[in-house]
Amino acid sequence: MQINLTLNDEQVSAEAEPRTLLVHFLRDNLGLTGTHWGCDTSNCGACVVLLDGEPVKSCTVLAAMADGHEVRTVEGLEKDGRLDPVQQGFMEEHGLQCGFCTPGMMLTARALLDRNPDPTDDEIKEAISGQICRCTGYKNIVNSIRWAATHGEEVTA
Amino acid sequence: MAATEQPPSPVGFGRHKRKEDPRFVRGQGTYVDDVRLPGMLHGAILRSPLAHARITSIDTSAALQHPQVHAVITGKDLEELGLAWMPTLSADTQAVLATDKVRFQGQEVAFVVADTHYAARDALELIDVDYEPLPVVVDPRKALDADAPVIRDDKEGVTGNHIFDWDAGNEEEWNKVASDADVVVVTQEIPFQRVHPAPLETCGSVADFDKVTGKLRLWSTTQAPHAHRTLYAMVAGLPEHKVQVISPDIGGGFGNKVPIYPGYVCSIVGSIVTGRPVKWMEDRTENLTSTGFARDYLMKGQIAADRDGRIRGLRVDVLADHGAFNATAQPSKYPAGFFHIFTGSYDLEAAYCTVKGVYTNKAPGGVAYRCSFRVTEAAYLVERMVDLLADELEIDPAELRLKNFIKPEQFPYQNKTGWTYDSGDYPATMREAMRIAGYDELRREQAEKRRRGELMGIGVSFFTETVGAGPRKHMDIAGLGMADGAELRVHPTGKATLRISVQTQGQGHETTFAQIVSEELGLPVEDIEVVHGDTDQTPFGLGTYGSRSTPVSGAATAQVARKIREKARLIAGAMLEVSPDDLEWERGRFHVKGDPEKGASIQDIALASHGTVELPEGVEGHLDAETVYDPPNLTFPYGAYICVVDVDPGTGEIKLRRFVAVDDCGTRINEMIVEGQIMGGLAEGVGIALMQHIAFDEQGNCLSGSFMDYLVPSSLEVPDWELGATYTPSPHHPIGAKGVGESSNVGAPPAVVNAIVDALEPYGVTHIDMPVTPARVWEAMNSNPSPPPTPESPRTEPPQ
Repeated sequence: MQINLTLNDEQVSAEAEPRTLLVHFLRDNLGLTGTHWGCDTSNCGACVVLLDGEPVKSCTVLAAMADGHEVRTVEGLEKDGRLDPVQQGFMEEHGLQCGFCTPGMMLTARALLDRNPDPTDDEIKEAISGQICRCTGYKNIVNSIRWAATHGEEVTA
Repeated sequence: MAATEQPPSPVGFGRHKRKEDPRFVRGQGTYVDDVRLPGMLHGAILRSPLAHARITSIDTSAALQHPQVHAVITGKDLEELGLAWMPTLSADTQAVLATDKVRFQGQEVAFVVADTHYAARDALELIDVDYEPLPVVVDPRKALDADAPVIRDDKEGVTGNHIFDWDAGNEEEWNKVASDADVVVVTQEIPFQRVHPAPLETCGSVADFDKVTGKLRLWSTTQAPHAHRTLYAMVAGLPEHKVQVISPDIGGGFGNKVPIYPGYVCSIVGSIVTGRPVKWMEDRTENLTSTGFARDYLMKGQIAADRDGRIRGLRVDVLADHGAFNATAQPSKYPAGFFHIFTGSYDLEAAYCTVKGVYTNKAPGGVAYRCSFRVTEAAYLVERMVDLLADELEIDPAELRLKNFIKPEQFPYQNKTGWTYDSGDYPATMREAMRIAGYDELRREQAEKRRRGELMGIGVSFFTETVGAGPRKHMDIAGLGMADGAELRVHPTGKATLRISVQTQGQGHETTFAQIVSEELGLPVEDIEVVHGDTDQTPFGLGTYGSRSTPVSGAATAQVARKIREKARLIAGAMLEVSPDDLEWERGRFHVKGDPEKGASIQDIALASHGTVELPEGVEGHLDAETVYDPPNLTFPYGAYICVVDVDPGTGEIKLRRFVAVDDCGTRINEMIVEGQIMGGLAEGVGIALMQHIAFDEQGNCLSGSFMDYLVPSSLEVPDWELGATYTPSPHHPIGAKGVGESSNVGAPPAVVNAIVDALEPYGVTHIDMPVTPARVWEAMNSNPSPPPTPESPRTEPPQ
């Protein structure tokens, strides 16, 4: 079937089997490999993307369900050569090590900051609690998101 | 040699931001699953649903008729190629695809190659396998029973499930101490449950065999690309120079990506058979149920001490469950890895351990999960035993440790099982942790809370690791010595390329190794490119595990940079027309002694070395060097951890309130990265203590095959880590660094368990097994005959 969606502010259209999961559609059909696949069971969150601005685990969303909707992936965080403050925050605060969970974590952080620009640490922990990081022990991820909240618009690439 | 030079400041070379991060935050990393080659096909593995069964037939005809299927490979096909079995890292054999029997649930039975990942999975459903179920051995204690089914009847002459017996230390000395009428001996059975490293990226590979050139390229989730290349060459008869193993960005390893897995071999065979590139990526269930597990040691500890608290001896007897194939990763000499570091941080008169390895119908492995080989088991054992002793003697556990530590003046210290600890000041580190935690105040708070019936626990652990394997005459993997190469090339314009044998899985090698070169040569970190993870591009070495990157390859890097510096001195002498002996090094520049204005920068020297300046006799052009570093000893990082928990007396729920970790890993190259490594290991250690467990039922069904059943910590389960540091450089390492990636995973489990046991002291609890779930806590509180001392903590109904 043909799937049409707005991906990182651009219209895209591609053919896919009806059973194709969004994570595989993004990676295999559209070639955007920044969205990762880690568990199949909606537990790890390596596959989190924003669907109409809300974080979803793209291993649990059919590509067909995204038809006609707006999807943002890690590749769409940087705009006009300017990193999103969340991306900058992860670099400043050593919020990543192997980098595998990072795209999903950053998209959840972006959605959190969009609705709550000044979250508490507990609110940040709650927001990312459905995602697993095996490297950092989480503290620096929380600090990274706090950095983004604090620095907001100052960031330049 | 290198170690005679003045080591640099142990507080490190700066909190340099990571060079890796710009690609990762843009989603531009290249993990194995991101590799896409023209014409690439996809493989999937059919796995056994049974833990022990004879295969009576495999019918692949329907799968082969699937329009998108290109090949179906079975054990019989591999047998014809001589590839049905492969060697393990412990000189055993492991089935690539089962031929005669399946020996654990999830074992590899057939491999399908199809146009897409989805089609390959569809075709698995079309393969028909007939199994004849056999009796199953799950409990290692029953593996040696006379009537136990023999799992490895494929091996000639094997009549039982016994693998090895190994011991270290001196039994007579132990017996002498233990029979002393004045000593107290405390005995405890301490299992360390089977766990799995569960890196967020599962294992996988992309194989691309070129029939014309005979070249095999293999992108693979491996922590040891060079060792893997050599083993593929040996096993498959492939010429080694035609095999290229590429370990691109790796999504965490933690020991899980050290072994060679059947899936890697299948992707290679698939590519040879189809003539096209073949990708294989396992799913999470496959990762948790078939790839390298860790621990699974049933330990019985005995600790002997005088009544005044002087610890005199320690004995431990271990029953080690190795699963269906003995695939433990460790040096050949040591079937129980470095378990004989179990004397920990204490100066003992006697120490003895025995380890018995057995086969069971469970997945193979025994990998060093975020630790040096079996050090986590050893540290957990000794740190629990010391707490049991403290309880028995009614001595504060921190005080008991301080009383028995190896003293700073005893280093280098030779322990009773043959290790020579390089350096340490244990009391200083312990006291620093107690200072940060406010230990005395915590004890006062605890006493007060106990009077109110509240359950607060303070857990102390002090670990010593042995990492950076190792001296090549003692340490190997599958016969390959653990020495690592490094190559450094300073280009004409003064930029440099460093090539190393170790491979990052998140540790930040591209940054820290550039910092080492920068420190040695004075080049900016930005001007140094670190190349790793590709056997065609890098010198031979054994890879990244057992915290060996910094101790071994970091040393190789410092050593090769110093070679460059010495060569630069000779060239600078020629450039400045002075004797090299008259030159003095300042960071990034040689100048003439007594005339600081007259000098040449390393960049000037690099250009001159490629230019037309007349070089001294015997000096070749260009500014290149290579080295192979053979570590003279291992390094011994250590740390003091204090954990504070609150336990709900009604439900057994455990709240980790605080966690103080003071690590001493010698010189810290990049403090930011070191702290990141420590926090990550702490989280994994807490997970192992509280939730991680690969469990089986009696039929050998794995009960922990997904992240719904195999729980790992989320952001809500970890406390706000409180870190501290002391700095005691390793005397034999060129920059004094000891390695740190795994320390906290070694030290954390006993701190957590000791804290929980401490909280439950009013109930008379002296030990509780990991993972310490609320249900286990509740059971411990309610099964003890002695009632709690206060009316505020009554016996309760079990939690739902």
